[in-house]
Amino acid sequence: MNKVLAVVALLLMGAAEVSPLDRVMGALAERKHGHVSFTEKKFIALLDQPVESSGELLYDAPDRLEKKTLKPKPEDLVLEGGVVTAQRGKRHYTLDLKQYPQVLPFIESIRATLAGDRAALERVFKVEFTGDFERWNLELAPLDSKLAKTVQKIHIEGEKDFIHTVEIREADGDRSLMTISAAASPDVGQ
Amino acid sequence: MTRNGWLATAVWAALVIAATVVVVFAHYTTDLSAFLPRSPTPTQRLLVDQLREGIASRLILVGIEGADSAERARISIAMAKRLRADPQFVAVSNGEPVGVERDREVLFNHRYLLSETVTADRFTVPGLRDSIQETLDLLASPMGMIAKSLLPRDPTGEMLQIIDQLGSERQPPSLDGVWASRDGKRALLVAQTRAAGSDTDGQEAAVAAVRAAFDEAASEGAKAGHAATGAGEGNGVGASATGRERAGGTNGAMPGSGGIGGVAGPATSAGPGGRRAAASLEMSGPGVFSVAARANIKHQVAVLSVLSTLLITLMLLWVYRSFRALVLGLVPVASGALAGISAVALGFGSVHGITLGFGVTLIGESVDYSIYLFIQSQQRNSALWPTIRLGVLTSIVGFMSLLPSGFPGLQQLGLFSISGLVTAALVTRYVLPNLMPPKLNIGDVTPLGTEVGAALQRVRAPRALLLIIPVLAAVVLYTHRGSVWNHELSALSPISAADQALDSMLRSDIGAPDVSYLVVVSGPSQEAVLRAAEAADPGLEALVDQKVISGFESPARYLPSLEAQRARQASIPNAEVLKGNLVSALRGLPIQIDRLDPFLHDIDAARNQPLLTREDLDGTSLSTGVDALLLNDGPRWSALLPLHVPTTVAIDIGRVHSAISDVAFGPGVEAVVLDVKGEVDRLYSSYLNAVVRLSLAGFAGIVVLLTLFLRSPARTARVVAPLALAVLTVTAGLVLLGEQLTILHLIGMLLIVAVGSNYALFFDTHAGSSPLTLASLVIANTATVLGFGVLAFSSVPVLSALGSTVAPGAFLALVFSALLADEHHANPV
Repeated sequence: MNKVLAVVALLLMGAAEVSPLDRVMGALAERKHGHVSFTEKKFIALLDQPVESSGELLYDAPDRLEKKTLKPKPEDLVLEGGVVTAQRGKRHYTLDLKQYPQVLPFIESIRATLAGDRAALERVFKVEFTGDFERWNLELAPLDSKLAKTVQKIHIEGEKDFIHTVEIREADGDRSLMTISAAASPDVGQ
Repeated sequence: MTRNGWLATAVWAALVIAATVVVVFAHYTTDLSAFLPRSPTPTQRLLVDQLREGIASRLILVGIEGADSAERARISIAMAKRLRADPQFVAVSNGEPVGVERDREVLFNHRYLLSETVTADRFTVPGLRDSIQETLDLLASPMGMIAKSLLPRDPTGEMLQIIDQLGSERQPPSLDGVWASRDGKRALLVAQTRAAGSDTDGQEAAVAAVRAAFDEAASEGAKAGHAATGAGEGNGVGASATGRERAGGTNGAMPGSGGIGGVAGPATSAGPGGRRAAASLEMSGPGVFSVAARANIKHQVAVLSVLSTLLITLMLLWVYRSFRALVLGLVPVASGALAGISAVALGFGSVHGITLGFGVTLIGESVDYSIYLFIQSQQRNSALWPTIRLGVLTSIVGFMSLLPSGFPGLQQLGLFSISGLVTAALVTRYVLPNLMPPKLNIGDVTPLGTEVGAALQRVRAPRALLLIIPVLAAVVLYTHRGSVWNHELSALSPISAADQALDSMLRSDIGAPDVSYLVVVSGPSQEAVLRAAEAADPGLEALVDQKVISGFESPARYLPSLEAQRARQASIPNAEVLKGNLVSALRGLPIQIDRLDPFLHDIDAARNQPLLTREDLDGTSLSTGVDALLLNDGPRWSALLPLHVPTTVAIDIGRVHSAISDVAFGPGVEAVVLDVKGEVDRLYSSYLNAVVRLSLAGFAGIVVLLTLFLRSPARTARVVAPLALAVLTVTAGLVLLGEQLTILHLIGMLLIVAVGSNYALFFDTHAGSSPLTLASLVIANTATVLGFGVLAFSSVPVLSALGSTVAPGAFLALVFSALLADEHHANPV
């Protein structure tokens, strides 16, 4: 009898309303392409004033993300199939993410969020969700202790299936804030 | 037995024992060296050194297929761990960040000596402002995390400049923390052996070590079973880089896990469910090839000699109906083979596998002598020995043409044939009669001879028709004249097309140095060649900008010349000046000078730091880079600058030549541009042309010899004509079958002349009137055709080329000799 009850309970839970996090993730996952503008401010203790950059983000589900920095120096960074390639000036880099663990969470946090890939997020971060579908906050804390020594937290804000800001707080107190706005070009709005 | 008989037998027995000792202790090789010149030019020597011992010759490329990516990565890491502990390997790379810390430390500590941007301009006010602004810009980029940690000590970005110089862009992509092919279906690993590529024994041990490491790593996985799968899915940062891993983990079997090369060794790693395909190993590289080739040649030589011996034995047993005659008949054969191998071993220091394979062919030829002896001794034949002697002399003249070829492989074949045939003939003449019982009871072959004779009578009438053959052959050869010869050395390569395909696939996956094109600068000292490498740098850099080449490597990037290092040190101003410049440079930049104290401290120390030497690189992966590119041979040093080729297309070598020739190098330094494959093919092509000329000279020599002995141009013509017809017909036949002729076909033609001259001479002296002579010729010919016919089926190109030329050629030589013989009068020798 107890077994039957347990099964019924499970079924009822399944039928219950989807959590707001899953709803956000589901909505994000439905977007197969994205093209937005970004401005990024980095607050670095070493420097007297923040450094600013801006450009475009292009996303194709599930795992291609391109960060096209236009100012102050053009730089193209593409994450595709687990490989990061960067083009800066004449130079062309292929980054082995494992050798640069500092770079990884920045990219992965944005990519996995854009893809609505909760599982991928939860593999790297402890995920905390506040707010509701209309207006939400994601707090991501690295699970890996080594990573936690460089990155303290990533804070993502959004509404429905749109991401507004990504803030990365580093362990040494430096932080960067990326603000996302609708696409500069009219092709596909995020 | 007569006294002379005893003496001859005793000498023979002693020589057999001596030769056996030589053969047992001889050194056997299968590398390319047999096809490289004995007295090379400096360029050819560089080429030979590169092929035998260069970095490219020491690489074993490993691919791990099957299973899933997590399992492949686990195997790669376990294999690398084991191989790194093995002194047989200098370096093992699989994409793991092994030694990266130490590398970075050495590079960072010597950054002001290594960075090419360290010049006097760099530390002026504008120079400092520009470079610091550049670093600040980098902070804004996704690479900012790296730039930030370096900023206080390296605000001018020298470390990133060095990383640029060393060109990390050539690394293959990573999957699960190890190198993987672009399609993600194969984990990759590169091992550099301590043994040179030409050291086949050393390579064999290294190949075995790689295989053992794989087997062990794969079987650990089998034991771990499902546990491994679970770990693969939940595994930290690397595994989840893209979120694809999960899919990969449950997907299981990858297509193409069966492997391509013959070297794949399956090893099970299936979990309890057995759903995953087993991982398999693939290996490639020059060493792997030479090991496989040696094994293959050994195996084929063994199988083919057993097979042809068996066939010939059966035939002779059927003819002789005497076991004793059979054993006796093989005595000259074995003696000849022993003599041939030991002559080569003594004359050349080592015996090439191809020469050994050639030993098989001698069975078919030297058995002839005893056949003539046994069968024709049944009749009174005073002309037997003179005829055989002239036949042997003819063969010697033919094969002597190989001796001046300057091509050790061919010289070996020439020496082998001459000593083998002379020995077989001498043993038949002087030893065999002593071992024969007074009356050797062998089957009567007279009926066979009579029958053949009758058949010949019937077909002899329309022999004018034979004239059609040279005409047809000439037409065939003329219409194919552009493509008769194959001028590429790879035509002789015992490596199968499938293995070559595997090699080029792994090579492009790994981005391993193809070392097809090299600039080599040589000089009297390490410093001189490093300076020369630096001097060549701007010209080559310009070629990169012009997209003639896609890049190049240089040992001076890891280890700049002392001169360049001193110049960099000298370009750093003293502490006060530098600080003053920095204060001015930072005006308007968002950073305070006290943040950069570590920089001022480091650079002041760099002004007086000891210069970087090769020893400082010990224990880093940089040392392997330097050692591969910087060679020392006695008083001579060479720096290698491998050029990266944009795609597989040939590069415009002329532009590289002119870029290099414009450079003013120091005294005693010279630079050459080496196009490895082109150079090898040119070399081979020149040999081929030389050997064609030498063979024609040998043919002329045979004509002269015959004219001298036969004292009649008409008789000479009658002996030579069937041989020439046979060679022409076979050549035309091979060309018609689409075969491109190599140097080994040419050797085969020499063999046709050597064997066929005996037939022609017998017909000349006996006019084919004796049924016994006819029978002995038919039997001897069958033995030759069997011996070489077996070779034609070998998968080793050099052996099959010989077989497919000699087997039909020998048969045709006999037929043509019989048809062209003057049946009315026998001539004395």
